[in-house]
Amino acid sequence: MYQDLFYQQNWDEVKASIYAKTSHDVERALGKERRNLEDFKALISPAAAPYLEQMAQLSHQLTKKRFGNTIQMYTPMYLSNECQNICTYCGFSLDNKVRRRTLSDDEIIREAEAIRNMGFEHILLVTGEANRTVGVQYIKKAIQLVKPYFSHIAMEVQPMDLEEYEELIEAGLNTVLVYQETYHKDDYKKHHPKGKKSNFDYRVDTPDRLGKAGIHKIGLGVLIGLEDWRTDSFFTALHLDYLERTYWQTKYSISFPRLRPFSGGLEPKVEMTDRELVQLICAYRLFDEEVELSLSTREHPIFRDNIIKLGITSASAGSKTNPGGYVVEPESLEQFEISDERSAEEFAEMIKNQGYEVVWKDWDLALQ
Amino acid sequence: MDQLVIADKTFNSRLFTGTGKFKSNELMENALVASGSELVTVALKRVDVDNPEDDVLAHLKHDQFNLLPNTSGARTAKEAVFAAQLAREALGTNWVKLEIHPDPKYLMPDPIETLQAAEEMVKQGFIVLPYIHADPVLCKRLEEVGCAAVMPLGAPIGSNKGLKTLDFLEIIIEQSNVPVVVDAGIGSPSHAAHAMELGADAVLVNTAIAVAGDPVAMGKAFGQAVEAGRAAHLAQIAQPRVTAEASSPLTGFLNQL
Repeated sequence: MYQDLFYQQNWDEVKASIYAKTSHDVERALGKERRNLEDFKALISPAAAPYLEQMAQLSHQLTKKRFGNTIQMYTPMYLSNECQNICTYCGFSLDNKVRRRTLSDDEIIREAEAIRNMGFEHILLVTGEANRTVGVQYIKKAIQLVKPYFSHIAMEVQPMDLEEYEELIEAGLNTVLVYQETYHKDDYKKHHPKGKKSNFDYRVDTPDRLGKAGIHKIGLGVLIGLEDWRTDSFFTALHLDYLERTYWQTKYSISFPRLRPFSGGLEPKVEMTDRELVQLICAYRLFDEEVELSLSTREHPIFRDNIIKLGITSASAGSKTNPGGYVVEPESLEQFEISDERSAEEFAEMIKNQGYEVVWKDWDLALQ
Repeated sequence: MDQLVIADKTFNSRLFTGTGKFKSNELMENALVASGSELVTVALKRVDVDNPEDDVLAHLKHDQFNLLPNTSGARTAKEAVFAAQLAREALGTNWVKLEIHPDPKYLMPDPIETLQAAEEMVKQGFIVLPYIHADPVLCKRLEEVGCAAVMPLGAPIGSNKGLKTLDFLEIIIEQSNVPVVVDAGIGSPSHAAHAMELGADAVLVNTAIAVAGDPVAMGKAFGQAVEAGRAAHLAQIAQPRVTAEASSPLTGFLNQL
């Protein structure tokens, strides 16, 4: 299990070693054909900042080599904003007094039809973490309801037990995104004081349970802004490396959510600049040529337009982060504010104008 | 040199050796002692297991050596499992180098029979080190059935051609959770050093030592090369400096934000 490896590390020592990297370490990493975790540390370190253009050129070449000129499209579908957790940074937090909403079967179908009509074949089902109202049986039903409309079904919901994942995979689930939020164990507790989510170890071993269940793809990431992003990103890369070696038949993706404003929200402890986000994206590509890198509508349009060529392989567009946001109830509470308000069609046009193919469908339920 | 652990054994030397093709058993013994090797593979088919005075085995009775019987000659999983059982009885070790090559010309390992045999041998309590083609997927499958290490080939057995499977060895080394021992094809100490620099956990050499003009000196040279390659790997080898290709900047937009 990853936690065995995780507990052999010390946050402060890892952080110190990243900040101690020099230009020599960066140049060594850039010159290699295969890069290891020490090289990743160098590439995310402050010492790598002057090499950003070089990293971007390499990242562009490697991404083209492996993925060609393509960007794969997906969009989220929020099923519920009910949540039993307190998370200091999230609009769905239990202590945030807002009206709660969970979509009915009929509403799920209406949203699915609307999203499908926008062109999407890849859907990401999202809920808060409320086992009683949106437990495994609710999610299983939702998967069965949306299955006729989409060729690939991902979800971002509460961590589950192995048997529950097996049941959902059997029902048609292809991908699970489970972000650790932060690998800083003490601060993780501070950000998640109440609810099942406060169990750090259960969350950190979630990808192991998914790997054992035989999931097709696992998405990893941290919430950038909670803690030192360089150290958190190293632990994500360590996690990725471990998972790729252990559950080698599973695919992996990385996301880079930066803390966004929301109703009643927390100011980010750490600011990550656009330049640093580019550095991180390129560092992941240079570390792992095969991993999918995903960009959400949290980022603003100019950034999104330019990042297409830098290593990203999939992007969401036209996103609504509230339950029923597409047609059922467009005005309900959003989880966070999005920055790119363009429609899926407009976003796709921008991708095409850059000489890239927009991939709407890259999976088939027959392969499950 | 840092120690290598495979299953329940710790090795100070990362050079594994074979025992075939030497002019005499005395020369074999001297060359292997000089190499510092602590794991020596011996073909079950070449020793008389009923004779405690067998000449090959008699020359390997050193504290330095751990014996690794191999199943060379087996053409099927069934034959290999039987050979391993015989070796365990005769030599008192549950370690086995699993070799199945139905092809008598190039002695190419059979991946399907090897995987089947490995699974069965692990169930029977053997410490299994399978000799295989440099196939990254097969290596993961063998790891999953419980092999203690994988032994991908660098080039055809006895060819002395070096690391012809380099691209695949790199993937295997990158992905493996068990030690990777590059076996077969290593013809000179520089080949062995290269494998170690790449991050292989050990190499297995036989022909290159056995047929050298001076096998004793060559055994020593291999021992030194393996140490140098390992040390270089741990020291993080310097890379050629790269210059970005001239093209329109990809990060210029950041200045305008």
